Amino acid sequence: MTPRTPTQGSTREEPLLEVENLRTSFPTDRGDVTAVDGISFGVDTGEIFGIVGESGSGKSVTALSILGLAADGEVEADAIRFRGEELSTREMSAVRGGEISMIFQDPMSSLNPVMTVGEQIAEVVRHHGEVGESTGILSELRRKYVTGTSDSSRSWQRAVELLDTVGIPDPEQRANEYPHQLSGGMKQRVMIAQALAGDPSLIIADEPTTALDVTIEAQILNELFELRDEFGVSIVLITHDLAVVRETCDRVAVMYAGELMETARTETLFDEPTHPYTKGLLRSIPRVDDDREWLNAIDGTVPDPFNRPSGCPFRDRCDAAFELCSEPLDRYDATGTDHEVRCHLQHDAVDIDDGEPVVEGSLHSRLDGTETEPLDERSGVVEPGGERQ
Amino acid sequence: MSVADRVRERLATEEGSRVLGIRSDLLDRLVKTIRLDLRAKIGFTIVVLFGLSAVFAPMLAPHDPMAQAFGMLQSPNPSSANPLGTDSFGRDLLSRLMYGARISLAVGLGAVTFGALVGILIGLFAGYYGGWLDDLLMRAVDVMWAFPWLLIAIILVAIFGQGFWNVMFAVGFAYIDDFARLARGEVLSVREEEYTLAAESIGLSDTEIIFEEVFPNTVAPLIVQFTVFTARAILAESTLSFLGLGVKPTTPTWGALLGQGRGFITQAWWISIIPGIAIMITVLGINLFGDALRDAFDVKETET
Repeated sequence: MTPRTPTQGSTREEPLLEVENLRTSFPTDRGDVTAVDGISFGVDTGEIFGIVGESGSGKSVTALSILGLAADGEVEADAIRFRGEELSTREMSAVRGGEISMIFQDPMSSLNPVMTVGEQIAEVVRHHGEVGESTGILSELRRKYVTGTSDSSRSWQRAVELLDTVGIPDPEQRANEYPHQLSGGMKQRVMIAQALAGDPSLIIADEPTTALDVTIEAQILNELFELRDEFGVSIVLITHDLAVVRETCDRVAVMYAGELMETARTETLFDEPTHPYTKGLLRSIPRVDDDREWLNAIDGTVPDPFNRPSGCPFRDRCDAAFELCSEPLDRYDATGTDHEVRCHLQHDAVDIDDGEPVVEGSLHSRLDGTETEPLDERSGVVEPGGERQ
Repeated sequence: MSVADRVRERLATEEGSRVLGIRSDLLDRLVKTIRLDLRAKIGFTIVVLFGLSAVFAPMLAPHDPMAQAFGMLQSPNPSSANPLGTDSFGRDLLSRLMYGARISLAVGLGAVTFGALVGILIGLFAGYYGGWLDDLLMRAVDVMWAFPWLLIAIILVAIFGQGFWNVMFAVGFAYIDDFARLARGEVLSVREEEYTLAAESIGLSDTEIIFEEVFPNTVAPLIVQFTVFTARAILAESTLSFLGLGVKPTTPTWGALLGQGRGFITQAWWISIIPGIAIMITVLGINLFGDALRDAFDVKETET
């Protein structure tokens, strides 16, 4: 792999990837479904950034939207910057598979079944590397399906090398096999090799281990770790598995119903979860050493995408919800640097946007049941009675 | 063991993975399919036999197909001189059959190739892009579909005149809609597969995805369709020739032979029956061979 220029000094100032206010909605017969609702985050060079959330929370759509692959979706964003520069649609499609590549969830269905795995990697090398081999449709068709890429060509050698890098034994042999001849773990390694073939600086891995068993999962995660350590690749790891997040990620964002509820360094998030949803998630992890009969699930279900509650999407399931929760959310700093929470419980902390508290006084007292004074009288923000049932 | 194996060994390159530039596992699969499956063997034999006799007709035919022998009018006697008898002008039927195979097979293959090329292109684009392009192309195809093929072929031949190429295109034109429909259906399902999205994520353009990723995954049913329609096209050419709208009245084609024998069916049945049998065997052979090809192209069916 070619050496990449390391970012000098503090990387905090200029993230490798910066997403600002990304919104993706899908038009349907019943109206628009907003899958991603105004999320912002940054990924630093060499960082593993986790996005964790339930199924349907918009994690995968986020990934696809960034890459411009959300086929029927309408993607809007204030900015999607890569290396500090905003990428046009055209530029993004040039970067795709090269500078930014993606690993898909299901290795069984993400590889072309009628092409040998070596070809599928070599093709990426030809498209993004400087190997001087034509990528015309006719020569590609001939190479991929009839003659095979010549063993002596650089793209093929690189493909074999990559298979070796991701830990596939006997790569010369394996490169000539079809996806169905490989095991699930092998296929996921092939996917990783394919993602590496364009010399990426950022890999977006969408639940890369969900379809695999636990042993293989550990191996694949190790593989990702090594990539980061060896090549300084940044990784956006999308998962629903908190254990995976804890083991691998440097920073993590918790996503719920299309919004990022809490973003923090991994240790911070696990040690001092601030958002009620994050707390609920962490509480719901079953432990080997406890003898509870019931798991601590979060009551209720994800809101109906056609009928989202106003304000905080989690308020209907939240034990700590109060009147203000039906107001639009802002981002707040929680426990110091690098910890953002979108929750009105934090609104007495400093508002990130203008540095001013939105409402004076602490509302935490309301949670204790000691607060009796109607909120509207004090702040004028909420209607009498509120919307909360 | 067999000739094929020895040829393979001879031709295999140093890398040992390509034969005549074609990846050897592809050839292996074809050879294996033919060797293991009796129907495939029969189909392959028929196709090769008829193909060779068509190509080498000038060398193999015992007589000039046009040479008349008035001493031998309508002779049914299988003899060393006329194994399949003669027609009403004393022309050798075997020779005419062999020459006829040239036209019939060529028109058949050519027509289907033409129909498949155009139809698959329409189907690929309509299926992949969807939306208004899909509507436009498929409604056009529906219009074509609404007309009986024979009517279209007759109109086209009537407008452009007889002749090898015109008959070929006229027959092939009728198959565009079938190929478009089938290809589109296949594309619709392949398009939803994750590997298509993956192809997009590695930076392939739409055109590249259509031809390099989607098309190869739709090939299996198209091959079957191709062979079935080749058989049909041979029949179609025969039909046109039978109606006198074929290549040229004097040219021997299977359909023309059949048509010419029609008038003598009570006195000399073999004149029309024998070309009929030839058509039947060819159609059968091509269909069997097509199934074998489909199996050979399916990379997943090699786990034996």
